[in-house]
Amino acid sequence: MAMNSVPPASAMQSVLRLLSIPGLKKLGVGPLLAALVLLAIVIITLLSPWLAPHDPLEMQPLLRLKGPMPDYPLGTDPYGRDLYSRVLIGGRVSLLIGIGAAVVSVLIGLLIGLVAGFFRMLDTIIMRIMDSLMAIPSILLAIALVALNGPSITSVIMAITIPEIPRVVRLVRSVVLTAREEPYVEAAQALGSSMPKILFQHLMPNTMAPLIVQGTYILASAILTEAILSFLGAGVSTEIPTWGNIMAEGRQYFRIKPELILWPGLMLSLCILSINLLGDTARDMLDPRLKKRGE
Amino acid sequence: MTFHSFRSRGALRARSLMAGALMASTAMLAAGASWAETTITAVMHSGLRVLDPVITTAHITRNHAYMIYDVLVAVDGKFAPQPQMADWTVSEDGLTYTFTLRDGLKFHDGAPVTMADAEASLKRWAKRDAGGQLIMDVTESLTATDDKTLVWKLTKSFGPLLDTIGKQSALPPFIMPARIAATPADTPISEHIGSGPFKFVVDEFQPGVNVTYVKNEDYVPRSEPADNMAGGKVVNVDKVVWTTMPDVQTAMNALLGGEIDYVEAVQVDLLPLLDGDPDVVYEKREPMGYQTIGRMNFKYPPFDDVKVRQAAQMALSQEAVLATLVGNPDYYEVCGAIFGCGTPLADATGAETLTSGGDIEGAKKLLAESSYDGTPIVLMAPTDVVTLAAQPVVAAQAMRNAGFNVDMQPMDWQTLVTRRASQNPPAEGGWNIFFTNWLVPEISSPLVSPMLNGRGDNAWFGWPDDPTIEALKAEFVEAASLEEQQAVAKKIQAHTLENVLYIPLGQYINPQARRANIVDMLASPVPVFWNVKKEG
Amino acid sequence: MLGYIIRRILAIIPVMLIVAIFVFLLLRLTPGDPAAIIAGDMATPEQLNRIREAMGLNDPLLVQFFTWMGRLLQGDLGVSLISGTDVTTMIGQRIFPTLNMALLTIVIAVMIAVPMGVVAAWRHRSWVDYAVMSFSVLGFSVPVFVIGYLFILVFAISLDWFPVQGYASPTDKGVLAFLDRAILPALTLATIYVALIARMTRASMLEVLGEDYIRTARAKGVRESKVLFRHALRNAAVPILTVIGTGFALLISGVVVTESVFNIPGIGRLTVDAILARDYPVIQAMILLTSGTYVVVNLIIDISYTIFDPRIRY
Repeated sequence: MAMNSVPPASAMQSVLRLLSIPGLKKLGVGPLLAALVLLAIVIITLLSPWLAPHDPLEMQPLLRLKGPMPDYPLGTDPYGRDLYSRVLIGGRVSLLIGIGAAVVSVLIGLLIGLVAGFFRMLDTIIMRIMDSLMAIPSILLAIALVALNGPSITSVIMAITIPEIPRVVRLVRSVVLTAREEPYVEAAQALGSSMPKILFQHLMPNTMAPLIVQGTYILASAILTEAILSFLGAGVSTEIPTWGNIMAEGRQYFRIKPELILWPGLMLSLCILSINLLGDTARDMLDPRLKKRGE
Repeated sequence: MTFHSFRSRGALRARSLMAGALMASTAMLAAGASWAETTITAVMHSGLRVLDPVITTAHITRNHAYMIYDVLVAVDGKFAPQPQMADWTVSEDGLTYTFTLRDGLKFHDGAPVTMADAEASLKRWAKRDAGGQLIMDVTESLTATDDKTLVWKLTKSFGPLLDTIGKQSALPPFIMPARIAATPADTPISEHIGSGPFKFVVDEFQPGVNVTYVKNEDYVPRSEPADNMAGGKVVNVDKVVWTTMPDVQTAMNALLGGEIDYVEAVQVDLLPLLDGDPDVVYEKREPMGYQTIGRMNFKYPPFDDVKVRQAAQMALSQEAVLATLVGNPDYYEVCGAIFGCGTPLADATGAETLTSGGDIEGAKKLLAESSYDGTPIVLMAPTDVVTLAAQPVVAAQAMRNAGFNVDMQPMDWQTLVTRRASQNPPAEGGWNIFFTNWLVPEISSPLVSPMLNGRGDNAWFGWPDDPTIEALKAEFVEAASLEEQQAVAKKIQAHTLENVLYIPLGQYINPQARRANIVDMLASPVPVFWNVKKEG
Repeated sequence: MLGYIIRRILAIIPVMLIVAIFVFLLLRLTPGDPAAIIAGDMATPEQLNRIREAMGLNDPLLVQFFTWMGRLLQGDLGVSLISGTDVTTMIGQRIFPTLNMALLTIVIAVMIAVPMGVVAAWRHRSWVDYAVMSFSVLGFSVPVFVIGYLFILVFAISLDWFPVQGYASPTDKGVLAFLDRAILPALTLATIYVALIARMTRASMLEVLGEDYIRTARAKGVRESKVLFRHALRNAAVPILTVIGTGFALLISGVVVTESVFNIPGIGRLTVDAILARDYPVIQAMILLTSGTYVVVNLIIDISYTIFDPRIRY
């Protein structure tokens, strides 16, 4: 690998290289189960408007914080809304934010990473900025960003995206740095192919496999971050139920009605768990060399 | 006013148990424990951060000020001004007030209190307080003629002068040393020295987490019994520590575990957790509590149209708001009086729809007749203050039912506080409606209630330009007797609801909880730590 | 190598400068007005403006930035806008709960995770291995606060083994009181760490166990536990140590949430409170402090890696 003036945080990479789990592939059942669970969650979430027995926003002040009843399978929340309907529908926005953040951060990170890996002049500046972004604790950065833009879905996606970008950039850049030394890229350069063509036709395909894996992990982490943001009071409107803000609203009542945290928490955990498992599987299947190359 | 006590059954059982235990251990107590230092550890409703009681109206800062500062005049339980640091005489024409300082009062740095200190403190206060400004408008001179005498000369009679300087909430005029009171009114003071019954321990102050007060041994209490904020401030404990626990459940656990002695405000929903422990008692500290309100922005459409305001008001039901906010009806009261139920000026004119469940059909009709064109209403909803979380959600639903297009924007309370100060259009960082809570004494008179300021851009957030309310307030100042005041107050009530200067949404109380051995706590809107005793 | 180390250290300067500029701009562009927060409920527009003026919030951005940088370079972190307390003092008051908690977390995590990883590697591809690895994915996947509340529900409320929330300083209240309060939050915080370290230990051990000298040791009849913990673990230690360091970023976000769930008056809560109150000097100081620690920790890891791992050459 060609070294330039930027130390590529190789210690980190070497550490991360060792973090693969070959065992899970042999497990076989795990990924299948994970896929089924995730599929089930996605289907439930998509069908939630029809599955939910109540309007998730409909309040019954006289039925606050009740336990399970025939009409309310999981009881009601502090506003007398149906917890079951809210948990079902809550997944929609949680997943939307997760997918949004994963797609956006991968796209932006890919672009910056390609540029950084290919143009040495910009590389130093870009990587300095990325290092700085990575140094700021992502959760604090995200809280501040939500405070800056108000708690809309777009702004929450952005707040989760920005701290993820440097990680994607580093990954893409390291792949590009390796790939650009390959003979066919040098050949293309010698033949006078245009820059964009080299970038997108020759270099970008190399990044696809690791990006899919990385994107999966970002998806899991974004869903998690959304929940943490809501929990700390910096998430989306309570009128848009998400697993995170259902839990946030339930905090004050944890002692008298722990279900307000436990049900959405269970859904959230299952969802992230299955995505992580699938990510590990994808990593092993898509590109075994990935393990050697690090993240 | 009665002192409601909601002693749990367990607590009663405990008292007999405790009595037995007490008798058994009397000998031991006499031997050693009576010399032990007594400390009350209290969890207050919020963390103390700002220490200057003139710069902020935050309740926690006012509560802090009552610990370390004293006031010239204070109101008793019947809202009547009584001497505290000073006695007074009023001239025949009502234009000259002469205050005489009582003997023996010293600041915590050892310097004696003089009327020069009082003069400087009152002047700094009057720059910030709305009532103070009104008095200053008719003040000819405010001078300390000697160490013990302060003369306040007016150009025009100001009936409620003593009520204003004796008020217990928002900004009471606390007396500080003149050198500290010389700080400009917009710059926070940096030294915290008063002449009050407790001293502030600077070294143990952790903003937002902990604050410690020790008994001021030099304080000379009045001889009268304590009554609300008036009377003798006799301190029976050595130390009071306020500690912050942002989660009420934590505070309740600590109380049950005996780690703390007192919790100022407990969510009604969580009270069942305290049942069954004989050592813990919960109760209403005072009967009136808070008034919860909605306020609209008069500067921009659609709430610049009185019909739209009336439609919104008509859609709302106090019962729905209070039931969602509080739950248990023992702790809330539907109340149409803008001055608060239980106050001398209370009157319910014009609040019929509010107190009878709202009138969605009527609201729809009014809205159809109005200029409302379906523009989204920016409704600010704080997510991090438990006592303000329900109002926006319930109101948004009611207003939607009446045909409003509501854009509910969640935000933390501090963002709301910032944003409500913005006079920009709602779509450009401004707002249309928000909700807040007031202690009843803060809205119990036209002179203190911030919402009844009709001076346009210089009024309180929402900025109504309403000369009528200003004229009515002037009429109120001139009213000589309570009956005359009540007559004017009735007109103000009618005008306020007719024009929807604000929407009163009813009263509620956050009960306090304490260890059973904390006794004789005063039944005042401001939780104070004189008079109270810690037994055993 | 010395050249590399020096370059690496110098590289911190632009990084921290960018962090500083970024944080400053982010805050000043954030809607939020400390003056309105200080003034309270009854402030009029005119009063607000006078308070802003007195606090220096009406100065041009550039002036505010250079005033702040100038003081910062002299080691002065400024004064809280809200309480008027020195920021250094505030951090000093709040850092010990966090440090104590973090230390306990690391100790607990290492005590649980290292044996887990060693056993998983030793019984590679057995059910133990799969169990350890499944646990580790679980640890990454369940949100910290869900774990926290589960622990509270089970260990504090149902079993009543520990107090629900709160903090006791080991110096004031004694080590036992501290542990009583700190074990649940530390366990909560440790979950992610355990997942990370167990994975790392396992991977690192697997590599080492394949080496010749291990086979030699075994052939010589050295006891298996000695082979594992003396020979193998010692050689696998460097990556394990470094993962403890790289987990620092995870620890910070964990601390913010855990302090909130368990009501611990540490710097995580201080920072969140400061963000909500727009207390600029405190937020700036806290983000610089955490970023600086992160950068330094990673610097030390990188350098020590260069020293310990002969395969990496610069």
